[in-house]
Amino acid sequence: MIFEGLAEKLQDTFDKLKGKGKLSEKDVKSALREVKLALLEADVNFKVVKNFISKVEERAVGKEVLDSLTPGQQVIKIVNEELTDLMGGAQSKVEYASDPPTVIMLTGLQGAGKTTTAGKLAKKFIKDGKDPLLVAADVYRPAAIKQLQVLGERLDQPVFSMGDKQDPVDITKAAISRAESNGNDVVILDTAGRLHIDEELMDELSQIKAAVVPDEILLVVDSMTGQDAVNVADKFDDTLGIDGVVLTKLDGDARGGAALSISSVTGKPIKFAGVGEKLEDLEPFHPDRMASRILGMGDVLSLIEKA
Amino acid sequence: SKTRDGFVSQLESLFRSYDKINEELYEDLEEILIQADVGVQTTMKLVDDIKEKAREEKIKDPNKLINILQDDILEMLNQTEEDDEQPTILMVVGVNGAGKTTTIGKIAQRAKQDDKDVLLAAGDTFRAAAIEQLEAWANKVGTEVISHQEGADSAAVAYDAVQSAKSKETDLLIVDTAGRLHTQSNLMDELEKVKRVIEKESGPMKVEVLLVLDATTGQNAVSQAKLFDEAVDVDGIALTKLDGTAKGGVVIAIREELGIPIRLIGVGEDLEDLQDFEPESFVDALFDF
Ligand SMILES: Nc1nc2c(ncn2[C@@H]2O[C@H](COP(=O)(O)OP(=O)(O)OP(=O)(O)O)[C@@H](O)[C@H]2O)c(=O)[nH]1
Ligand SMILES: Nc1nc2c(ncn2[C@@H]2O[C@H](COP(=O)(O)OP(=O)(O)OP(=O)(O)O)[C@@H](O)[C@H]2O)c(=O)[nH]1
Ligand SMILES: [Mg+2]
Ligand SMILES: [Mg+2]
Repeated sequence: MIFEGLAEKLQDTFDKLKGKGKLSEKDVKSALREVKLALLEADVNFKVVKNFISKVEERAVGKEVLDSLTPGQQVIKIVNEELTDLMGGAQSKVEYASDPPTVIMLTGLQGAGKTTTAGKLAKKFIKDGKDPLLVAADVYRPAAIKQLQVLGERLDQPVFSMGDKQDPVDITKAAISRAESNGNDVVILDTAGRLHIDEELMDELSQIKAAVVPDEILLVVDSMTGQDAVNVADKFDDTLGIDGVVLTKLDGDARGGAALSISSVTGKPIKFAGVGEKLEDLEPFHPDRMASRILGMGDVLSLIEKA
Repeated sequence: SKTRDGFVSQLESLFRSYDKINEELYEDLEEILIQADVGVQTTMKLVDDIKEKAREEKIKDPNKLINILQDDILEMLNQTEEDDEQPTILMVVGVNGAGKTTTIGKIAQRAKQDDKDVLLAAGDTFRAAAIEQLEAWANKVGTEVISHQEGADSAAVAYDAVQSAKSKETDLLIVDTAGRLHTQSNLMDELEKVKRVIEKESGPMKVEVLLVLDATTGQNAVSQAKLFDEAVDVDGIALTKLDGTAKGGVVIAIREELGIPIRLIGVGEDLEDLQDFEPESFVDALFDF
């Protein structure tokens, strides 16, 4: 399958070159072409791939690689390092506000996994000894409120709802007052899915932001997203100034190039990974593992060590 | 605008900036296709093909390439007619959040408008409030829903629904199923079982499987289509969320490699936001940046 493809292809390329002694700039370029194709196949955005490759090329045609005894491994190492770097260090944290409640707002396209992630985060906060309030601010999707209420029941945690006839801005404002009077130290706002080009609904998010000033605005993104991920992330970040990203459905076989696309257009960290439908299926995000996954190389590190 | 003219003018403006056919022009073309999620392999194939035709037919005018490309893609998407006179059981499958339940509401609405008797089956007994969501759509459309409780056996719901559809002589029974990733083999087995039960009980009704794909999805959609097809034999695809900026170009590879026709497109969250898939307008939109 394509999955193991890149590691093998690169190994092949370099094996062929070995007999020739030192690598030339041209050799490195042809190896990077394989990397480029792998990234595109993994759904990394076209423009992001272009920039990435030229950045890696700069480093890879440097003296340290060309003079090295193991240029192949050096190139892989550089690619891996740059990828990991782009996706940021491990930052799977939510900063609790010094003046509670800590307000977290979940946003994103339709069906990305916001409501489920709201439940998962609540579970994580409960584990941290917090008492979160879930807020049903999706008044559009049929049974969206009920969905959050079911999750609240499973967690034995309160869900704030004013039905589906009220304005989401009013709902979220009222929810903060409720949290304050109830003593909930974390508030999780579940908003309706929306397209980044839907101006009216994007404006609704801006209004919620202005009204409740969330401590943390998270963009929830489906890891199966293709080239459009950059447009989506860029627009949500532009409109709201997101603080981080939650990448969902990583339990499948998507290579997850969207992770790289989003990190490079927004510069914001990916904080959590969704790895299943159950409430415990939330993990910290590991940029290094994601890099290997995007490259389609299960064990980049062992490949480098084989050098 | 997502019109045929839009297609021509968009591509024409690209092609017009070239007075002869050269490597850069082909690279620009590749870029457009990749950005529409057509995928590396299909893109290479398309570009190689027009290169060859340009050589063979000694084409010098860049504008002529437009027609070749358009025809190539349309040929890959070649559509077959479907006849839907026979009473049908439509089983709707797909990964999590693709748009299955919403699409069911839309199909039911359309069938109702065609004066058909429609029945829905709440086969997603797993996701929180999935049954209530389907019921909400059924209320809007004015159809009945056969449902069990959350956590019940999905195959049992399907069984009851098929019996009910047969006895009422329903024209169209649509069975919702829980979203599942195509890689989850236990859940794919469960889906196979649901289909077996439906087929065994279907009697005079025709059984079809509709795979719902989210147009925002990239190359993973190929894997989805392949594995769902292996499990339950997919008859057609509904491509949702085309009202966004994603192009859904990956369906070209799916149609070509797996032979599954694209039937419907979703262009919004309301009941009326469903259209027949039209290859020409799809190809137009593909290049309309
Ligand atoms: N396999 C898997 N499924 C997930 C994950 N996260 C969410 N889901 C599923 O994805 C589907 C959509 O999730 P929701 O939480 O309803 O998504 P949403 O963003 O709230 O959707 P809207 O409110 O309609 O915009 C559901 O079937 C969830 O169970 C994940 O990490 N892995
Ligand atoms: N913009 C847009 N949104 C859509 C379209 N189709 C569905 N949606 C939205 O996508 C989200 C998920 O839709 P569902 O119908 O719940 O998807 P599903 O496949 O049944 O999800 P699960 O049952 O959780 O796997 C909802 O918010 C829908 O309103 C469409 O064509 N365009
Ligand atoms: Mg939701
Ligand atoms: Mg559903």
